[in-house]
Amino acid sequence: MIPLSAYVAVSGVLFLTGLLGVLIRRNFIIVLMAVEIMLNAANINLVAFSYYLESMAGQLVALFIIAIAAGEAAVGLAIIIVVFRGKISTNVDEMNLLKW
Amino acid sequence: MSDLTDLLIKLIPVFPLLAVLANGLVGSRYSHEVAHRLAWGSVGLSFLCTVGVFAEILRTGKAREVVAYQWIFGGDLTINLAYLVDPLTCAMLLVVTGVGLLIHVYSVGYMHGEAGFTRFFTYMNLFMVAMLLLVMGNNYVVLFIGWEGVGLCSYLLIGYYYDKVSAAKAATKAFVVNRIGDAGFLLAIFLIFVNFKTLDYTKVFAQMGQLTPEMATAIALCLLVGAIGKSAQLPLYTWLPDAMEGPTPVSALIHAATMVTAGVYMIVRNHAIFDLSPIAMTIVGLIGGCTALFAATIGLVQTDIKRVLAYSTVSQLGYMFLGAGIGAYTAAIFHLMTHAFFKALLFLSAGSVIHALSGEQDIRKMGGLAAKIPWTHKLFVIGTVAIAGIPPLAGFWSKDEIMAHAFTHQHYLLYGMAAIGALLTSFYMFRLTYLTFYGQSRMDHHTQAHVHESPMVMVGPLIALGVLSLFGGVLGFPPEHGWLHQFLAPVVGPGSEHDPSTGMVLTLMMAATGIALLGWGLAHYLYSVSPGSPERWANRFSAVHRILLNKYYVDELYDLMFVEPTKRLGEFLDWFDRTVIDGLVRGIGQLAEWGSAGSTWVEKYVIYGGLNVIGYGNHLAAREGRKLQSGMVHHYAAMIVAGLFLLALVVQLVIQM
Repeated sequence: MIPLSAYVAVSGVLFLTGLLGVLIRRNFIIVLMAVEIMLNAANINLVAFSYYLESMAGQLVALFIIAIAAGEAAVGLAIIIVVFRGKISTNVDEMNLLKW
Repeated sequence: MSDLTDLLIKLIPVFPLLAVLANGLVGSRYSHEVAHRLAWGSVGLSFLCTVGVFAEILRTGKAREVVAYQWIFGGDLTINLAYLVDPLTCAMLLVVTGVGLLIHVYSVGYMHGEAGFTRFFTYMNLFMVAMLLLVMGNNYVVLFIGWEGVGLCSYLLIGYYYDKVSAAKAATKAFVVNRIGDAGFLLAIFLIFVNFKTLDYTKVFAQMGQLTPEMATAIALCLLVGAIGKSAQLPLYTWLPDAMEGPTPVSALIHAATMVTAGVYMIVRNHAIFDLSPIAMTIVGLIGGCTALFAATIGLVQTDIKRVLAYSTVSQLGYMFLGAGIGAYTAAIFHLMTHAFFKALLFLSAGSVIHALSGEQDIRKMGGLAAKIPWTHKLFVIGTVAIAGIPPLAGFWSKDEIMAHAFTHQHYLLYGMAAIGALLTSFYMFRLTYLTFYGQSRMDHHTQAHVHESPMVMVGPLIALGVLSLFGGVLGFPPEHGWLHQFLAPVVGPGSEHDPSTGMVLTLMMAATGIALLGWGLAHYLYSVSPGSPERWANRFSAVHRILLNKYYVDELYDLMFVEPTKRLGEFLDWFDRTVIDGLVRGIGQLAEWGSAGSTWVEKYVIYGGLNVIGYGNHLAAREGRKLQSGMVHHYAAMIVAGLFLLALVVQLVIQM
């Protein structure tokens, strides 16, 4: 029986990995992937607590998050394609049209 | 048929109004020919409509009320521009439009070549509109509008020669004196509204029973003040003789035939109120009698042909008031109608004389005109005989009826006044005729050379009026039971309840005829048989002669009593205004100037300063704050993460507490 703390630890490591990816990496696609990792970290948490608390609500929410993650990836990739066509770059630092 | 009648009623005042608009607004763009055709044509159309309406009223015998326009309504108050056409209105309408038409036609000849020809006809038509509203209105407000409208036109037309100082002054005088009467009339309207909560004639007269005698007296006296002002009775008659400064057709139309009779019309229209108040009736009769006598005495010695006629008008209006005051309403209206005929005839003939003499109005410089202007002469004589009261001409029947009514109803004092007045009337009118048309010519050679009969356009209306003056008496024949009496009976009620005997009537007629013939005889003796005697008489009674010549010094008295004090009050108020009020105003202005200087400083340095500090602070904050918006995705992400940790921290702290 793996303890709940192990799940939470894995989830925390994954989330930090994603967070660092979002904050550090310049490539838009990598940033998008990092966001997916953070979502999955949250999923692990939800499923673990669902099992531990013997409630199906957590697993249901996890399913929703998977669906949302798919949608988010689709929209994000579409945006990347549009930006790439315009700027021939996937560097997020060059996407600063809305700055002051 | 009834719809057509309603339409005709509505159209009556519209035609002159259209002519006013055309001549008044664009009259300068077309010739005088077009202007005068529009003017008299419009009155002619009104006359035709009136005849149509008259025929219908005669056939049905019923009064008609027509609402032309819903004007004011709300709460208790409903005032419409509505017309009431009953037999009384019909009689007035026929006089106003009929005589008005003749005078308009006459004016075409008389005013020929005058400067302001179009203006003259514009005012005349405007007068017709107002006069028609006055006699047709079905409530007091429309009556009042007409009342003020004719007053305005009277002012405008008296002052027609506005570059003449005397004309301008006469116009102002007429206007101001009329305001006094109008104030009384207005008070009467207020009282009527307070008592009846309505201003429609029919509704007011239907509720007459609930009026207390005191209130009836109050209303009647206020109405009387209005009538006195408009109809030039004692003590407000002084404006009418001065009104002769206007062109002669104006004197004929406004100051003899129509406007000045509005007071009589108003009293007869409101006879239900007067009937409730014997006191007011007595006052009406006394004022009428006194005026008839008083004005006649002044007329004896005047030397201006138009002024003699003016005093005669005042005197004849006195007869109408006398008639109304003793309850002889039909007789008053009858005299109003015949007076309109013969006085318009006299005025227009006088105008024709003045025209012939190139503007001369002084009868001392006339004489011997009978052969030179035969038409005018004959017609003037007809008018004179009519007004003098010699049967069978129009004036005899109406005047005799008033006098007979006074006698048979035991108003002997009034009868005496009227009888003496009739003697004087006959005397001064024949005096006027003798001095103007007979005896030796006293004209200068230049005028003499230019004497000419007036053109047909002037003589034509004179002939029509002459015929009316000759046969107008038929309307009221036989006395008390004539056609006019039956026609007006629905409005003024049936005539006297007890008929005087035929013998009495005949005796009174003989007396009246005798009086008139006596006046003629006196005038004939003094001015034809023995032409030097008037001067001898004047010298023998020089004090009386001087008083009469100066019109009893009433004008001077009014000047002393009212005009001068008012002027002095005005001067005092002017001084008060200049020093005290203006001083106050200037003081306040100075204070305001100082205050505004102070407030300018405060605004400049305190308020603007404060605003600038706030604005600059904002500017600085924004300059720094906008750097947060770096456009770098990582910065935003970092901020989100930082916020997340901050939120976690807060939650942690809250839970611990």
